Amino acid sequence: MSLNTADVKRIAHLARIEISESEAEATLHKLSGILGLIEQMQAVDTTGIAPMSHSQDVTQRLREDVVTKTNQREAFQKIAPAVENGLYLVPKVIE
Amino acid sequence: MEWEVVIGLETHAQLQTRSKIFSGASTTYGAEPNTQACEISIALPGVLPVLNKEAVNCAIRFGLAVDAEIAPVSVFARKNYFYPDLPKGYQISQYELPVVGKGALTIQVGDTEKTIRITRAHLEEDAGKSVHGAAEGMSGIDLNRAGTPLLEIVTEPDMRSAAEAVAYAKKLHELVQWIGICDGNMQEGSFRCDVNVSVRPKGSDKLGTRREIKNLNSFKFMQQAIEYETRWQIETLEDGGKIEQATVLFNPDTGETRAMRSKEEANDYRYFPDPDLLPLAISEADKAAVKATMPELPQAMQARFVSEYKLSAYDASTLTSSRAIAAYFEATVAAFVGEAKLAANWVMGSVAAKLNEEDKDISASPVSAMQLAGLLKRIADNTISNKIAREVFDAMWAGEGDADAIIEKKGLKQVTDSGAIEAIIDEVLAANAAMVEEYKAGKEKAFNALVGQCMKASRGKANPSQVNELLKKKLS
Repeated sequence: MSLNTADVKRIAHLARIEISESEAEATLHKLSGILGLIEQMQAVDTTGIAPMSHSQDVTQRLREDVVTKTNQREAFQKIAPAVENGLYLVPKVIE
Repeated sequence: MEWEVVIGLETHAQLQTRSKIFSGASTTYGAEPNTQACEISIALPGVLPVLNKEAVNCAIRFGLAVDAEIAPVSVFARKNYFYPDLPKGYQISQYELPVVGKGALTIQVGDTEKTIRITRAHLEEDAGKSVHGAAEGMSGIDLNRAGTPLLEIVTEPDMRSAAEAVAYAKKLHELVQWIGICDGNMQEGSFRCDVNVSVRPKGSDKLGTRREIKNLNSFKFMQQAIEYETRWQIETLEDGGKIEQATVLFNPDTGETRAMRSKEEANDYRYFPDPDLLPLAISEADKAAVKATMPELPQAMQARFVSEYKLSAYDASTLTSSRAIAAYFEATVAAFVGEAKLAANWVMGSVAAKLNEEDKDISASPVSAMQLAGLLKRIADNTISNKIAREVFDAMWAGEGDADAIIEKKGLKQVTDSGAIEAIIDEVLAANAAMVEEYKAGKEKAFNALVGQCMKASRGKANPSQVNELLKKKLS
């Protein structure tokens, strides 16, 4: 699989990352390197091996259903760029 | 050409846990904005999710209730998309390995039973809420709901009419409440449905292009939305048009569905396993422990009502429409120790009518099951007639006391003394000579009129079958 700069820009847009023309070129180079490595790995025969979904072969620890968190709104909103009536304000999302 | 509509549903049921799916923040509805949004809910850097055991148990309960495979190992995945009420930039969901696999739910439409296949059900977190118009040019974000546990339940495209889709949604709605995993409150968004609709020429086995109607939060709207969407798709195709895959919204004011502004980017969620969460393992022992706490399921209870109480399938289904109604009915029967059908008629009749009238849940009924049984006993032992019983019931509903006290106080005891009844009949016959003549001339209707007069004269207290019998004797 090979990428072009249009793919890189699309991925950047999906992640809402702003990149310049020159950054897109550099990123294309890096991402292609990663894909190359994956291609190399895919050459290994993995027939009969179950894919892992996590690097560690352990399972999820569960939490009891108890409310442990208290209201920290004031502390959290101190570092927010804009708040009003307890709401976090962000640029308008629906026109 | 004859068309066929094909429908599949995706339902989000909010799970009844105290805390969120991946944090110890409260899930209580209606709190002040962001007062239940902890560092995990608002996605501060460096925080880690820890899975709520009760959310997993809810998923197991559902899986058991629809006779589904419960995955011994399932995996959480990140569904990546941008929206301000999703502060991490991804929703933790399940993708390739959901916790609940293939199952089934049987629905009833008219006289026909139909099995709807369930494809899967997976655990995921809810997003926050955007409040538009909070400030000029800005949107306000409330993250109290972010991280609330959801079970998304997906069906195969097995439904063929709006009625079937609504029957499935209602059945599922009953079931999740029955097994205690969701409060079913549709106004508060605890139970919301997305409906996939496509049409195809009848007899074709190829699926048409579907459009998804998002976020229906009432059964009435669901019915209207599907009917409108089906008509629109058929008309579009008959006019030579083509259906484009789209997400649409239903507008209850116009009764129409309308495509949302198409996203510049087609859905590209770039799912991948969430490295912050290890695979979820569910053992046979875990399943058995949950199973031990499961209530009798509605389907099984319905069958038992038919065999144990000799009720019709219709009665049994009505009485098992919620656990509270079923419990009320069974408590009534147990205390009554009489014919279950009489108890069924009262629960489905007067009790249901009153509750409906006052928009009350059966748990708030002013007449308890014990009190209702007390009334039924007086009907069964002929102390009062059914008609008088309704009067007594109204008084009980108004809080005037138990059946016996009301019958006593109001002097409603049925007259079964044949001497007294005969005296009434004699009076009625003397006063209605014309009717007697008509009856004797062969007019059967006159007899009923005379019975009516006797009942009226006794102010409804005479035993109707005795009146019938004695009157016949006197007129012969």
